[in-house]
Amino acid sequence: MNAFRAAVVTFPGSNCDRDMVVALEKVTGQAPVRVWHGDADLPEKIDFIGLPGGFSYGDYLRSGAMAARSPVMRAVVDAADRGVPVLGICNGFQVLTEAGLLPGALMRNATQHFICRTVSLKVENNRSLFTSGYEAGQVIRIPVAHHDGNYFADEDTLDWLEGEGRVAFRYCETTNGSRRDIAGILNERGNVLGMMPHPERAVEPELGGTDGRALFESAMKGLIEAA
Amino acid sequence: MATITPETVEAHGLSPQEYDRLLKALGREPNLVELGIFSVMWSEHCSYKSSRIHLKKLPTEAPWVICGPGENAGVIDIGDGQAAIFKMESHNHPSYIEPYQGAATGVGGILRDVFTMGARPVANMNALRFGRPDHPKMKHLVQGVVAGIGGYGNCVGVPTVGGETNFDPAYDGNILVNAMTVGVADTDKIFYSAASGVGNPIVYVGSKTGRDGIHGATMASADFGEDSEAKRPTVQVGDPFTEKLLIEACLELMATDAIVAIQDMGAAGLTSSSVEMASKGGAGIRLDMNKVPCREEGMTPYEMMLSESQERMLMVLKPGREAEAEAIFRKWELDFAVIGEVTEAGPNGGHMVLEWNGEVVCDIPLGPLADDAPCYDRPHAQLETPAPLSDIPESHDVAADLLKMIGSPQLASRKWIWQQYDNQVGADTIQGPGGDAAVVRVHGTRKALAMTTDCTPRYCAADPIEGGKQAVAEAYRNLSATGARPLAITNCLNFGNPQRPEIMAQFVGCLEGMGEACRTLDFPVVSGNVSLYNESKATGGGSAILPTPAIGGVGLMDDYAGMATIGFKAEGQAIVLIGGESGHLGQSLFLSILHGRKDGPPPPVGLELERAAGELVRTLIADGTATAVHDCADGGLAVTLAEMALAGGIGAHVALPEGRVSAAAFWFGEDQARYVVTAAEAAQVIEAAEAAGLAAVALGETGGDALVFRSVEGESPAGVADMREAHESFFRDWMDA
Repeated sequence: MNAFRAAVVTFPGSNCDRDMVVALEKVTGQAPVRVWHGDADLPEKIDFIGLPGGFSYGDYLRSGAMAARSPVMRAVVDAADRGVPVLGICNGFQVLTEAGLLPGALMRNATQHFICRTVSLKVENNRSLFTSGYEAGQVIRIPVAHHDGNYFADEDTLDWLEGEGRVAFRYCETTNGSRRDIAGILNERGNVLGMMPHPERAVEPELGGTDGRALFESAMKGLIEAA
Repeated sequence: MATITPETVEAHGLSPQEYDRLLKALGREPNLVELGIFSVMWSEHCSYKSSRIHLKKLPTEAPWVICGPGENAGVIDIGDGQAAIFKMESHNHPSYIEPYQGAATGVGGILRDVFTMGARPVANMNALRFGRPDHPKMKHLVQGVVAGIGGYGNCVGVPTVGGETNFDPAYDGNILVNAMTVGVADTDKIFYSAASGVGNPIVYVGSKTGRDGIHGATMASADFGEDSEAKRPTVQVGDPFTEKLLIEACLELMATDAIVAIQDMGAAGLTSSSVEMASKGGAGIRLDMNKVPCREEGMTPYEMMLSESQERMLMVLKPGREAEAEAIFRKWELDFAVIGEVTEAGPNGGHMVLEWNGEVVCDIPLGPLADDAPCYDRPHAQLETPAPLSDIPESHDVAADLLKMIGSPQLASRKWIWQQYDNQVGADTIQGPGGDAAVVRVHGTRKALAMTTDCTPRYCAADPIEGGKQAVAEAYRNLSATGARPLAITNCLNFGNPQRPEIMAQFVGCLEGMGEACRTLDFPVVSGNVSLYNESKATGGGSAILPTPAIGGVGLMDDYAGMATIGFKAEGQAIVLIGGESGHLGQSLFLSILHGRKDGPPPPVGLELERAAGELVRTLIADGTATAVHDCADGGLAVTLAEMALAGGIGAHVALPEGRVSAAAFWFGEDQARYVVTAAEAAQVIEAAEAAGLAAVALGETGGDALVFRSVEGESPAGVADMREAHESFFRDWMDA
């Protein structure tokens, strides 16, 4: 039995939810369940949770801040604590930091502008559930599209993240002012990944590349092997 | 209620003659609410009173047109039970006063026009005209407009996939911000605005009504004075988050059959939406103003009717469906209120009746407000034929001249702009900004829509008829260059004060040319917008913008696997120019950028040639012969080649063909109906062109890291890296310095 049950959450203002659903289905062959932010519970037997990009609550207060307090996030935090893999992309990463599942914060880009372009990322850790399909040090091309992607944490936290190999991806060149060019980080247990770049936009040659596929493939493979 | 004085009438933008017309229509003096309603409905912006009789001359029909002008947006059939719905609209004056919010709400407004009709918006485009870059306000205006377009489109999650930007001193005091949205709907789920069914509930949804934007439509219908700063409060404030919720809620309700009619509240807000719905349906309307959701305490019916608060819609529901609809809007945390009902029309048509605190505060027959609004045949001057060009300069170093041109504001890379737009959200953008047209897949199918915005205002100023033709022809060409079949256009007609005969002459001339081009190219107009009074006293007295009839073209690809792009694909490919050349340098960028001259006639547009060249190029793309395609436009052939080299990161060797005397005319002439294509063998293209009765000439071959121009005098190389530096330096130096 190779069932892979993924859930993708929609917050008011999410706008990459459909893209994440389509990418997951395209890569894993299985349609994810869609979950509304107001639901207090997740569907049963969920193997994977995706928090999509967008502008939940219009980025009011701080990006991700209000979504992090929506009813479904209590269930997401519980699931993450139980070890269910959680992937937050772009606004999803912002929600994960605001919910306390990942350390640090995402501030306004250093240029003050929204940035939309495809960037080179270095895979720093290929031992996680999400990144095992890449080679360590591999350079992949993935689009970014954000206004608040400037990762910040204090030096001690950054050293701690680096020391534990929890920096998953790093920008090959300065992109948004992130400390140590961090593009994506893992939690301590390795089952929560937050990243600003959009792997779901890089799963078809027509969209300009397929370097994002391996991320979804590794997650599915890892889970099925673990089962 | 206050008495109406001549000053009150003037402050509402109505002429004494128009006020007399109002008195006759009403048969009595209006109160202030009624005067306000008449003033916005009779404003140029809402009534098209100076343009109506000319707009009627444009072709609007084709077998694939489902709905032409007159509804919120145009609708065309794209097969398989699907339709593309699109329109372009201006937000010029607000964007000059408050660039971020002006541009943002321009995007919000055009999005609503499209999803009101049942379409999910799939792409945004824009057409921007700014003044000279060294104008003291211009950097701020460009930054604000670009951030506003991005801020709104990025947040609602509709990709901004392309557009065009020009700079000219004529826009110093009056920039143009034209936004276009393209959406996709099922043909059996298209929603119109005609209200029907006496007693059916009229429902207000979306944001609450505030005091913002009161008289926005009237402001858009007058010259710009020195006091433009003081008009800042008339600019609306956008909330893209609410718009996103409104899109989802409307589409969710539209999936049911509860809606009879729907109309967004755009310019002139509740007034225009309710009047249009009732008059289109031949019905009357009664609204209870106490039920309108208001943001502030103590708002009067006058303010509620004239507010242009954003992100609001008006709907007529089938009776008994209110609860179902309300549940959807509550789920999306939006306001929902039944504010009135459809009423029966009498023998002389319906009335608009507004009640407030139990009293009737407005009772107007709808006929005079909409269909019988004033309509003028404004006098227009005789057009002058531009003098022929003399003293034509030569280019002695083509590469050096090219580098100067592609580094100029007119031709510089717009990457700084479009990298601030999310052009990929939706994961269906298969050709983003920087090519001839943007291409977005129709979700879940093999089809794709190509879209482009085009206009060359300097051509329109020199010869409105040829300029009008050229704008349409260039849109046709840009779509063809991707392999898409051009289907229809929307337009946004930006001109100066129509009460000046020379401006009216530009308007009439451009429309004549546009109409002829649309007819010859089978490329009808399905929607549009007119923006007049684009003049500013701020720059020294009555200075009008260049006539700018911006065209938004949409085309269809049956299978996007066949899409063409502009970049050179490989070394050793033959480069062929399709279409003849006369070396036309009148109104060229070569003359203006390198020699500071703006003279001569614009290039004549051969519409039959355009059609034949477009058909040939689409065939060459479809059969796989053409490996890269780019149309020839601003800056001529050399600029076309440079853009192909830059996009592909590959150079080329090209030579001045035998018999051509002038390098300037050949490389920088702006003759129309031309494309550059690459192919494995030049002969494949040349034979096909000859068979189609078109000229074609081999220019050279791709390869190397420079674009090398050869002539009997020797070689003139422009390195790809040097070209990139020149191309990208203008915005970088201007904005990031």
